[in-house]
Amino acid sequence: MATVRFIGVGESKPKRNIRISPKLAAYLQAAPLTVILGVFLALPLLMILVVSFWDYDFAQMYPDFLTMNYVETLGSWVTWKTYLNTLKFAVLVWAITLFIGFWVAYFLAFHIRTTAMQMVLFLVCTVPFLTSNIIRMISWIPVLGRNGLINSGLVNSGLVSEPVEWLLYSDFAVVLAMVHLYTLFMVTPIFNTLMRIDKSLVEAARDAGATSWQVLTNVIIPLAKPGMAIGTIFVVTLVMADFSTVQVMSGGQSASVALMMKNQMSLLQYPAAAANAVVLLILVLSMVAGILRIVDIRKEL
Amino acid sequence: MYADKRSREFYILAFFFAIFVLFLYGPLSAIVILSFQGENGGLTFPLNGVSLHWFANLLETQAVGDFGGSFRRSAALGLMVMAVTVLVSLLAGLAFRRKFIGATALFYLSIASLVVPSIIISLGIGVMFQQAGVQPAWFSSAFGAHLTWTLPFGVLIMFAVFNRFSPSYEEAARDLGASAWQTFRYVVLPMIAPSLVGVGLFGFTLSYDEFARTLMTSGTYNTLPLEIYGMTTNVTTPVLYALGTVTTVFSFLVIAGTLGLIALLNRRRTRG
Repeated sequence: MATVRFIGVGESKPKRNIRISPKLAAYLQAAPLTVILGVFLALPLLMILVVSFWDYDFAQMYPDFLTMNYVETLGSWVTWKTYLNTLKFAVLVWAITLFIGFWVAYFLAFHIRTTAMQMVLFLVCTVPFLTSNIIRMISWIPVLGRNGLINSGLVNSGLVSEPVEWLLYSDFAVVLAMVHLYTLFMVTPIFNTLMRIDKSLVEAARDAGATSWQVLTNVIIPLAKPGMAIGTIFVVTLVMADFSTVQVMSGGQSASVALMMKNQMSLLQYPAAAANAVVLLILVLSMVAGILRIVDIRKEL
Repeated sequence: MYADKRSREFYILAFFFAIFVLFLYGPLSAIVILSFQGENGGLTFPLNGVSLHWFANLLETQAVGDFGGSFRRSAALGLMVMAVTVLVSLLAGLAFRRKFIGATALFYLSIASLVVPSIIISLGIGVMFQQAGVQPAWFSSAFGAHLTWTLPFGVLIMFAVFNRFSPSYEEAARDLGASAWQTFRYVVLPMIAPSLVGVGLFGFTLSYDEFARTLMTSGTYNTLPLEIYGMTTNVTTPVLYALGTVTTVFSFLVIAGTLGLIALLNRRRTRG
């Protein structure tokens, strides 16, 4: 279709001397993105794959072809526990953000009547996500800490006699901070799909005698599934990649795969970290591929 | 389609939404309040007097490391990333409107760029520079690392924009004798300008706040998020909160400025 249009232009304006064929133009336009992703994404990933087979000591890496790094990683009980722990965080954070994300998006899309108000409320949700993650993370410390707002509130009201210790530096704190950091990645795609639902479908369902609950479960939720899938991709990959939240909010008491990698990197054990990276990457990419089988992202944008 | 009276569902959800907003902003406001902590105050409530002591403390190099320098580097890096993200995403968005060999592969490469864990990209670029014998620096390796994070967002936004963009405007322009460049410059560009500003905002803020990808790629000089990340482990005074307040206020100003610009562009377009 596009080609036909462009040939038409070429014929009606023959006097322009520099003619780039539309085919060539598309390649030229796609070139910068291809080059940048090639150099800073594809090449580094290839590098990691290569390095994961290298030998190393405390100071240097030596080109080699050893499976030692994989054997050490996969043969260790600690690694498996860390993967399980990371998956636990992913499942918990996913379930909570999906719940919050759906209801927030549903409220914005179906209960706010004017577009202007919808946009204002959506921006209210978005703004914090454009500020620093670390700052938003540490902002929980004065709230959750031993002498924090919640604990002093609880103690002063006499509900507990001792401050609750597990609020901060615990798995609870990690999950809470992750939900805080990542919920928008669920709200936005779901809101996007909900806004595209034809309102007459809802009306038709009502006219046919459906209750609000039936409209929700039989019409809206099935149509919102692509948005939920895209949100899931974001949240799951972000949680699987997280090391800072786990480190700061668990106070070093919990572990994640990325944190394990980061510790290996700070000890200059790059090949070991690379082997870990390859395993993590395979896991994350297969999760994403699984989700992409359900939803075609290109159609949902 | 709704009855005029708000349903019970509305009030329940409105309450839920209010709690959610409180959840988003509550802790942030705690930090802002605590950054005005008195000189002898600690990291938690109650406030021990009110002072600007910790903001003044920010400017002393020994207290927090190189705050000014890291802020300048982060801002410069953010601007570089923003400019490249806007330009490259726009070009890629235009390319994806036509069919070309490798389009699907490039699209999935962009998605991959989004889902590959940040720390893996950081490690890969760091090792690649090390093996090539090039010193990593915030303006080279970290710049590339940030682009792998901002470009997918830019490309996805442009994809969404052009999905909704009717080709009839361009056809009309061509029928009136506009060249391909004129059509782009005077018809397409003004219509997508607000979205481009949005892409720019994403590019700047994502880069300005990014630190997992900078971890192995920043070289000798830290960016601001790395500086803050280092502080979380060894700074035990409210100066950390003062820094948090300053960068958050800066982010808010950037966001407000951008939204103002988008509103202005939209108004100018509708006015004609």
